[in-house]
Amino acid sequence: MNPQLLQLICFYAFGFVTVAAALSVITLKNTVHAVLALVLTFFSAACLWMLIDAEFLALALIVVYVGAVMVLFLFVVMMLDIDQERLREGFVKFLPVGLIVAAAMLAEMLGLIGVRALHAHVMGADPAAVAGVSNTEWLGMALYTRYLLPFEVAALILTVGVVAAVALTLRQRADARYETAAQQVKVNARDRVRIVKMDAVLDYETKDSPDHSSQGPQP
Amino acid sequence: MSMADQLIHQVLWPIIYILCITVPLIIAVAMFVYWERKVIGWMHVRLGPNKIGPFGLLQAFADVFKLLLKEVILPTNANRFLYYLAPLLTLIPALAAWAVIPFSSKMVLSNANAGVLYLLAMTSLGVYGIILAGWASNSRYALLGAMRSAAQVISYELAMGLCLVCVLVLAGSLNLTDIVNAQAGHKGFFDWFWLPLLPVFVIYFISGVAETNRAPFDVAEGESEIVAGFHVEYSGSAFAIFFLAEYANMILVSFLASILFMGGWLSPLQGWIHADVSPWVNWIWTGGFIWLFIKAFAFSFMFLWFRATFPRYRYDQIMRLGWKVFIPIAIVWVLVAGCMKYYGLVSIGTGV
Repeated sequence: MNPQLLQLICFYAFGFVTVAAALSVITLKNTVHAVLALVLTFFSAACLWMLIDAEFLALALIVVYVGAVMVLFLFVVMMLDIDQERLREGFVKFLPVGLIVAAAMLAEMLGLIGVRALHAHVMGADPAAVAGVSNTEWLGMALYTRYLLPFEVAALILTVGVVAAVALTLRQRADARYETAAQQVKVNARDRVRIVKMDAVLDYETKDSPDHSSQGPQP
Repeated sequence: MSMADQLIHQVLWPIIYILCITVPLIIAVAMFVYWERKVIGWMHVRLGPNKIGPFGLLQAFADVFKLLLKEVILPTNANRFLYYLAPLLTLIPALAAWAVIPFSSKMVLSNANAGVLYLLAMTSLGVYGIILAGWASNSRYALLGAMRSAAQVISYELAMGLCLVCVLVLAGSLNLTDIVNAQAGHKGFFDWFWLPLLPVFVIYFISGVAETNRAPFDVAEGESEIVAGFHVEYSGSAFAIFFLAEYANMILVSFLASILFMGGWLSPLQGWIHADVSPWVNWIWTGGFIWLFIKAFAFSFMFLWFRATFPRYRYDQIMRLGWKVFIPIAIVWVLVAGCMKYYGLVSIGTGV
């Protein structure tokens, strides 16, 4: 068994899982199962990328999408109270739109088939392999030297997105109660507890109580 | 090479190597549980387990067999498939992360270039098991525990990721072996990254405690409020798997803290002693896997110490600590680490 054959077997195995999981995203009735199928799709797509030595992209896909985005997505879906029947009502009505989108995506993907072969002609050999460094290292060098400005602009746009999301959803509630950690730390025992000095034993002799032996509760 | 040779080299040996890591790990978890009960017992001025075996050493194994023999109960209206899948989804990433841990300069299962990224990816997958366990159990307590746990893990992952970035900036590599080699030098343990990255080191370990849902960050299974959190409905071997994953993750965080900040297998006496006595003694100053185990043991002891010492954090305090304290400090320290590297203030070793 030569390594290329093994790689081919792995490719088809991962590819099959990716396609099967992607199909189950749209066919499964339970929405939580559908989200999990999407997670599996991402994961096996990452495995496919790993096969073509794109280990940084593959691991970034898992860290960002599987590890963070899909977790939040799963939460939202778990909390939803979805009526399955009503969701399927518009299926026929939206079918033509769906088919058009699917056809456009298919055409784009078919266009991609030749690209990898063309890539070697236009761009030359894999620059990471030429430089003799790992894919991750080369990507880091390229992003932080040659493409620094576009990279920083992308970071800025993402920051704007974060600020906008906070601004859109943040509502100041009048009845919300806050605690300031700095104030809590500064709290003094004397502010909270008042020590009252009093005699341990009540001196009954000085009071003119009629019954000294009474132990019951006072009225 | 013949087919049989290929099979032996590409399939059999990797499986044996994997077993060489996972089997001792599982035994270590069992002994760590015993050690935890013993230590917390001493800290409470009790004896701890002392009935089964010498000094109660077999207590953990007795507990494991008891759990394995018990019935796994499926709650009414629970999602059967996800209910049984969830413990496995917690355990698999917890064990898979060990693939890239270097035990000494030569002992590593996979010397992957992007080892740190792989670790981040694996640790971020563990949260699925917790969420699914909470949801599939069809129980309010379990769902509440899962929500708390997921929010906490995602929050602290950011701080943890930024701490890793500081280490990467100094070491200039994503490979864990390279990271340890970068801490080699002639100034003993002052060459390790804990010194230039002291705040980040503290943040990393505390975030590790929070990531594993351990006290004082154990609101995910806060007994006083939600009984046992996400695994409240689990019994028998399914519960044992959650237990195993939690403790394997604790040991993993201890190893990672030792590797990233405390020089991994390097000796704290490196560069101070240049003697050649015998291979049985030389590791004390030239470094070896025993040092890594000593360091990891010290860190895992801190997990138990924290548990016996600190009261549980309140939920909003956990979120405040993660988002408003740890993340800003870590971001600033990324900048500081960059400056230290740029101006050459930290000596970066190359290994032997």
